[in-house]
Amino acid sequence: MDNNKNWIDQRFPLTKVWNEHLAEYYTPRNFNFWYFFGSLAMLVLVMQIVTGIFLTMHFKPDAVNAFASVEYIMRDVDWGWLIRYLHSTGASAFFIVIYLHMYRGLLYGSYKSPRELIWILGMILYIALMAEAFMGYVLPWGQMSYWGAQVIISLFGSVPFIGPDLLVWILGDYAVGDPALNRFFSLHVIALPLILVVLVFLHIVALHTVGSNNPDGVEIKKNKDKNGIPKDGIPFHPYYSVKDIVGVVVFLMLFSAVVFFAPALNGYFLEHANFIEANPLKTPDHIAPLWYLTPFYSVLRAIPPMFGSQFPGVVGMFAALLILLALPWLDRSKVKSIRYRSYPYKIALGVFVVSFITLGWLGMEPVTPVNAILARVFTILYFGFFILMPWFTSIGKTKQVPERVTE
Amino acid sequence: MSEQVIDLKKRRFLTNATSVVGAVGVGFVLVPFLSSWMPSARAKAAGAPVDVDIAKLDPGQLVRVLWRKKPVWIFRRDAQTLANLETLDSDLSDPHSTGNSKSNQPTYITENYRSIKAEVAVIVGVCTHLGCSPTYRPELGAADLGGDSWKGGFYCPCHGSKFDLAGRVYAGAPAPTNLVVPPYHFVSNSLIRIGIDPQSS
Repeated sequence: MDNNKNWIDQRFPLTKVWNEHLAEYYTPRNFNFWYFFGSLAMLVLVMQIVTGIFLTMHFKPDAVNAFASVEYIMRDVDWGWLIRYLHSTGASAFFIVIYLHMYRGLLYGSYKSPRELIWILGMILYIALMAEAFMGYVLPWGQMSYWGAQVIISLFGSVPFIGPDLLVWILGDYAVGDPALNRFFSLHVIALPLILVVLVFLHIVALHTVGSNNPDGVEIKKNKDKNGIPKDGIPFHPYYSVKDIVGVVVFLMLFSAVVFFAPALNGYFLEHANFIEANPLKTPDHIAPLWYLTPFYSVLRAIPPMFGSQFPGVVGMFAALLILLALPWLDRSKVKSIRYRSYPYKIALGVFVVSFITLGWLGMEPVTPVNAILARVFTILYFGFFILMPWFTSIGKTKQVPERVTE
Repeated sequence: MSEQVIDLKKRRFLTNATSVVGAVGVGFVLVPFLSSWMPSARAKAAGAPVDVDIAKLDPGQLVRVLWRKKPVWIFRRDAQTLANLETLDSDLSDPHSTGNSKSNQPTYITENYRSIKAEVAVIVGVCTHLGCSPTYRPELGAADLGGDSWKGGFYCPCHGSKFDLAGRVYAGAPAPTNLVVPPYHFVSNSLIRIGIDPQSS
């Protein structure tokens, strides 16, 4: 056994990698519930790739056959319904896990120095994931696939000067149709998954270079014993690898409940109109993107056209997404964790969470005059959180951060 | 052998020159890949004109046809509808299509009705906001669309834009311009050809 290990280690750094990233990778001992979601996101990524590979074996990326091939998977392929529901539920589960993972970062200041690059790589991952999910939703070629694609791609048509040409280039045609479906299939099954896997790798390499943050926001590397091991650190394996299994089991229980008992989740995970084949003549009476894109969709709808162009709304939507990248530099506070933050920050974070959820809810609702006003108010609050952050993170009294992590 | 002296300046120049030539090469290689996303010859050829027979079109009735893969509405307007269109100017953002909407219609159509013949409207049914196809709502005074002030028109379910029965956008809607009127002409009294301008123009 040892001989085999030596043989490999002379040719490939197997033991070295195992120790550096698992057996001797020291993690803070005070992780709580919020620290499950990183490993859960990896689990869902693997699940999406595996179910995706099997769906690709039966799906036809063709405007004439796509809808029927999905129905074929659902009815005629043995266990096809399960594989497809695992994939469709997995998409929503991915975003639930990612939103909780990102919120953890906000709670404990995990984006602050020295972890800015982890945050930025994570944000790029999030944006790539949105593109991946959007293109995946187009593939079944139902009414929501078609009209969702129409709206999202039209966003690019509003770019001044080059917009109309850009639109034709993206579509490969003068309207949404077969070429768009075909290229979205290619991007969804090859290009974006490759990008996602590479980004996950970089995200983890960056994390393991600086080490994990924790609910106290204390740097455990500042307190090492004589062997150079952080006093508040425990090896990731077996301590957290085992703990994460508990998270996986609970997650899979909830996930299976949705897959088996409510795969469409009353229109939230699979919209009702998407069970009707795409019809270019008729937009459904109510259309909305899937829930994970609606906060940004609300921002888009909230901003009125200016100078005879809807481009300002599009800029606003992308700004709402990209402003998150600047978070590490907008936060001027000396403490990381919400446990020791000042009241102004706690209140601002509360307002931000309420704004984000309300915008998400409004994005699923039809436009009414009241909703339009609400969307504008919460859009202002959303941006206010970021624009005012340098101010409210530098006022108020923060609590004393302990030297070592607390129990 | 003489003592080797590394000329860093020359080395940097050569590195930069090689990089620039390499980047130009990458640029050229990108062309076929980016161009492959443009509409293919087959997609370009599929833009043929469409004929619509309107002999059996009743007042208020609307038919949809696909032209260049986009929905086109053909609907008949009665005298009352046309009279109502004259009263809406103050509610619309560009009632005479002289502002931002100027390029959304051929030059040969009438100002307020936006058609060749007042009673027959031909409009591309694609919202100028983000491309949804608005819903036909001809009923007068629809409660959800502003009650008594609603004189019939189109309502976009995606983002709430409203248009009148000439495809003119209401002020305050997300859509920036009036709906597009395609090029078309009357082949005979009851046959419309969409996609080709009248012979005279």
